[in-house]
Amino acid sequence: MATVRLSFSPAPVHVRTARLVGVAVARRAGVAEELLDEVRLAIGEACTRAVALHNQYNLPDLVTVEMSDSDSYSVRVIDHAPIEASVGLAKLPPDELADESLTDEALTTGVGFALLAGFVDDLQVRPVEDGPGTEVRMVWPVRRR
Amino acid sequence: MELSLATRTVDEHTVLEVGGEVDVYTAPRLRERLVELVDSGVRSVVVDLGGVEFLDSTGLGVLVGAMKRLRVANGRFSLVCSKESLLKIFRITALDQVFPIYPTIEAATRDSDGSATS
Repeated sequence: MATVRLSFSPAPVHVRTARLVGVAVARRAGVAEELLDEVRLAIGEACTRAVALHNQYNLPDLVTVEMSDSDSYSVRVIDHAPIEASVGLAKLPPDELADESLTDEALTTGVGFALLAGFVDDLQVRPVEDGPGTEVRMVWPVRRR
Repeated sequence: MELSLATRTVDEHTVLEVGGEVDVYTAPRLRERLVELVDSGVRSVVVDLGGVEFLDSTGLGVLVGAMKRLRVANGRFSLVCSKESLLKIFRITALDQVFPIYPTIEAATRDSDGSATS
């Protein structure tokens, strides 16, 4: 069960709010101080991805962020874009990053996934159980308990 | 903290000092400023990330876009960054192999051939 649940309209301005809330809950949950920058970045990347997908498909639906501190600190970022949009999450090799033919969107998506994969040891991307959409689930250890 | 942008000239280089948070909301302003600089004829841009507190994939995409734009114009693009938290982001994304990254503005403007030594 979520400790804190946040839903926001898919606008870039709200991603910062999600980051701030995510880090505040992480700190309270007992995530190590030295991991908080990574938590901030990862939640931001997952939310940015969700906002981009909703905008790409003209979906006004809310993006949901659920934070739970039961045994560890887990964050689920849930979008409602078609599942096929999630396919293609791939880390780009260095020689392709500055390639002229690579679009800005493809570059940002590839770099965003590289950051998620690089900063989150326990990362899962899977379809939501009901309806279209994808859930990005990230887990960090906590110190207390 | 909101995005802050300020430009100054060092020899033939234009230094863009960036501060605050560069993310999906603020990155378009950074993109606009960089496009303005290139369109106005600037051919050597040094982006100083010393005041940046947060940088995400959108911001990185803007920096790559500016570098490509300058490359087409036979210009030079480099970054100044000494914060370990940001350098780690460049390493993880392999963008440290794409951008010339210098520890100081002096080093960036001194190395006129664009090959970072940091």
